[in-house]
Amino acid sequence: MVAIKLDELAHAYAPNPKTPEDYALRPSIDHLWEDGEAYALLGPSGCGKTTLLNIISGLVIPSHGRILFDDQDVTRAPTADRNIAQVFQFPVVYDTMTVYDNLAFPLRNRGRDEAYVTRRVTEITEMTGLGDLLQRRAQGLTADAKQKISLGRGMVREDVAAILFDEPLTVIDPHMKWELRTQLKRLHREFGHTMIYVTHDQTEALSFADKVVVMLDGEVLQLGTPADLFNAPAHTFVGYFIGSPGMNVLPARVSGPAAHIGDAIVPLNRAYNNLQLEPVEVGVRPEDIRLASGDIGIPVQIERVEDVGRHKIVRARYDGQSVCALVAEGEEIPADANRMVFDPNSTHVFKDGWRLEGVAT
Amino acid sequence: MSKTLNNRAWWMVLPVLLLVAMNAIIPLMTVVNYSVQEVFYGVYSFVGERWYADTLASDRFHAALGRQLLFTFTILAIEIPLGVIIALSMPRSGAWASVCLVLMALPLLIPWNVVGAMWNIFALPDIGLLGFSLNWMGIDYNYTQQPVSAWITVILMDVWHWTSLVVLLAYAGLQSIDENYYRAARIDGASQWAVFRYIQLPKMKRVLTIAILLRFMDSFMIYTEPSVLTGGGPGNSTTFLSIDLVKKAIGEQDLGNAAAMSIIYFLMTLLVCWLFYTLTMQGEEEN
Repeated sequence: MVAIKLDELAHAYAPNPKTPEDYALRPSIDHLWEDGEAYALLGPSGCGKTTLLNIISGLVIPSHGRILFDDQDVTRAPTADRNIAQVFQFPVVYDTMTVYDNLAFPLRNRGRDEAYVTRRVTEITEMTGLGDLLQRRAQGLTADAKQKISLGRGMVREDVAAILFDEPLTVIDPHMKWELRTQLKRLHREFGHTMIYVTHDQTEALSFADKVVVMLDGEVLQLGTPADLFNAPAHTFVGYFIGSPGMNVLPARVSGPAAHIGDAIVPLNRAYNNLQLEPVEVGVRPEDIRLASGDIGIPVQIERVEDVGRHKIVRARYDGQSVCALVAEGEEIPADANRMVFDPNSTHVFKDGWRLEGVAT
Repeated sequence: MSKTLNNRAWWMVLPVLLLVAMNAIIPLMTVVNYSVQEVFYGVYSFVGERWYADTLASDRFHAALGRQLLFTFTILAIEIPLGVIIALSMPRSGAWASVCLVLMALPLLIPWNVVGAMWNIFALPDIGLLGFSLNWMGIDYNYTQQPVSAWITVILMDVWHWTSLVVLLAYAGLQSIDENYYRAARIDGASQWAVFRYIQLPKMKRVLTIAILLRFMDSFMIYTEPSVLTGGGPGNSTTFLSIDLVKKAIGEQDLGNAAAMSIIYFLMTLLVCWLFYTLTMQGEEEN
């Protein structure tokens, strides 16, 4: 169990990268993955999450920068020396071995005695529910069962520095997904391994992790708790990617504590004094928008209301842009509602995609 | 649901039937025909299983069969492991992979009698590069006179000619292994031997089965190369089954015995292939 530090890390698969697009991981990533925390690495397909994971496990050697495990440089250390466990997206099992031997394999390779192997395999078997299959050959099992074997092999070593999961539940049944995720969390609480869990599913990320790292195009946009990501997204993409529906992002011009969106002026609770009406973006979550009538807020045309059970999603248009708001399930939508009011505390200003701090007013 | 009955459609199958009849059934039946009859100056008389009994009891057949089995198992024991080792050490991608593949394919492209002729000259003790070098080094080597030298030459020639086939098949099997298996093995701390034993070998099982079958059948029926290289000699020392068969059928015009031997030969090949395939694929089917 170690803390993992990424020091000015970048990676390009081809030699001599010139533009940022040449990098799979853009320069440069500096992060500390604290010992014993559960992290989720969240982002759309092709954003570099798997590359980052493979660099940590040593399957890929980064072209720039260093990786430190507890201050020890492991950038060029082979995978076996890093003492890392990793579970892949698609099940990898040793077909000719029994399920038991599959689970025992990582321990036996490291020369652990059979009594210990039996004890660990039994524990893992209970956790993954593979008990009935132990003596069967791994070949010909269902994808579910195979992936459970892969997960089991990832967790069978107690002394690993960290366990990395690369979208491990992709091939698993939805109800099993939830169960296995719960077990992973329980395992994390019991043994306190550092865990990094790659996914493109925000529900999976937010429910599994203490901290979430959001990535886009080879760049880490934000590392924070689920609440941080939700309440203070560092980048418009984070706001958009986290939450359902995502944050509304509208082009605006900001001066001081006021945002001009089209012809309307929206008050902010922070001042942006060095923005002299430059083109920026304003982001506000659907949860932080309230419907109104009269002459406050911005004028909108409501297009439709979707009732999704827990709440209603009001989809409207303003100045050619779509804006959506959430209304609690019990709440009535007034027939004359034609305005939307943004909560100034939760209205953020973004320049070139990144959130500006502003100063308190 | 009513089926359209049109028996004239059977005419469409006729060309295939004709083709199969001409190149398989009729020749085979001719051989069967010879194997149960005595031909004496154009007079045919039925002799039942006599030629079969004669052949099976003949020392000459036993000796040829023994040499044949020794040869086949020797080349299998060399070519299969050697082919796998070469395939494992070939680069998996890049320009060198293509170069290796072309080099590997070259021996397979050479006509069989040319292979025999090449080795015939290559191994000549007085002027051949191999034969001369060996003798120059003080090794007494003369494949035209010494049975052991002849055997070594025939086996070397077959290994040179056919190991490539095993290499190409094994290489194709290795190429189909997903990169993640190797990654998982690194994570699990598997040794190189364990990677071979638990990942590469199981994934190569099918292609290796094919390789063994092909090499078994081809070497069991080998004729052209040893016939050009040694002509079955010195003495009878490299007279394998088909060389013996040709001697009997064409050299001695003993059609009855030759036909019976052909049928026995054919059934043996068939039986071994069937047994081997069934045994190796057992357990594969249950999934």
